[in-house]
Amino acid sequence: MGLLDKQFSQDSIVIAKVDDLLNWARLSSLWQVGFGLACCAIEMMATSASHYDFDRFGVIPRPSPRQSDVIIISGTVTLKMAIRIKRLYEQMPDPKYVISMGSCSNSGGPYWEHGYHVLKGVDRVIPVDVYVPGCPPRPEALLEGLLKLQDKIRNHSSVKKSA
Amino acid sequence: MKSAQEIFDLLKTKFGDSIIELVSTQPTEPFIIINPTEIDKVCFFLRDDEELLFDNLMNLSGVDDANGKNISDGDGATKIEGGTLSVYYHIESTKLRHKLVLKVSTQREKPDVASVEQIWRHADWHEREAFDLLGINFLNHPDLRRILMPYDWEFGYPLRKDYSNPEFYQGMKVPF
Repeated sequence: MGLLDKQFSQDSIVIAKVDDLLNWARLSSLWQVGFGLACCAIEMMATSASHYDFDRFGVIPRPSPRQSDVIIISGTVTLKMAIRIKRLYEQMPDPKYVISMGSCSNSGGPYWEHGYHVLKGVDRVIPVDVYVPGCPPRPEALLEGLLKLQDKIRNHSSVKKSA
Repeated sequence: MKSAQEIFDLLKTKFGDSIIELVSTQPTEPFIIINPTEIDKVCFFLRDDEELLFDNLMNLSGVDDANGKNISDGDGATKIEGGTLSVYYHIESTKLRHKLVLKVSTQREKPDVASVEQIWRHADWHEREAFDLLGINFLNHPDLRRILMPYDWEFGYPLRKDYSNPEFYQGMKVPF
């Protein structure tokens, strides 16, 4: 991470900037809402399992949105579900992040024209930080999405406003 | 084990005019067309008769035949007036190893069909689905409400051929 490299002075004191410390803490333990919607959720579970091991990035599924930092929208968001997703998102404590996983959640996917029941992109109800394309995305793609989110958090400043 | 023709003859002698027609000219399985308000009595007989014993409803599906008159309403959308909605029943006997297809056709303006929920319990959700997506009204169904679409969906029945999607649902834009 570079946060603690060569910054030990005497007597075991670590010197770091507040922003760096907070960002490092946040990006290293992104707990996700234990929540899946469709076939993308199968890939998400595969990413969590031992072969791809999401846990090595500090991602653990939590059973409650109140204990979570990130929600991965993994699958088709129906209009009926969109209302529930919005409520889940609102129940999460700040700072909170959203990864939109797969074509359906990004833009409606194959249901974009004739899907009478599908929301055409989850960004119509909640703000999205990272979009992961694919149908469904491979676990590597989801990992890449997570790394992008970590980059975003790493560059966050509590003083400067981000765009 | 009985063929569709044998079952049709049996039903015809038992129920008379409620049994409308046996259609075996289609490339699909032959099916028997039945009066929509008598389907429950016919199904009771089909399930309980010693020679038939249809104990399993494999599938119940609704169809919009779209055989009415197309009427353009000015802004590009068309409405269908008249014609029929149909329900198909695929039933089988696990004991006697025979299968049968039943069909009822009902008026689009007043789509009433007798429920078979009392005969095969799994018809419950199948009929709710046909009601949800096509608006077929199953008489005597104990709990006929939407099953897939939201309960407060007030824009009609999505699988009807003249359905058009709303612009907004609960503040969310629906079209792409």
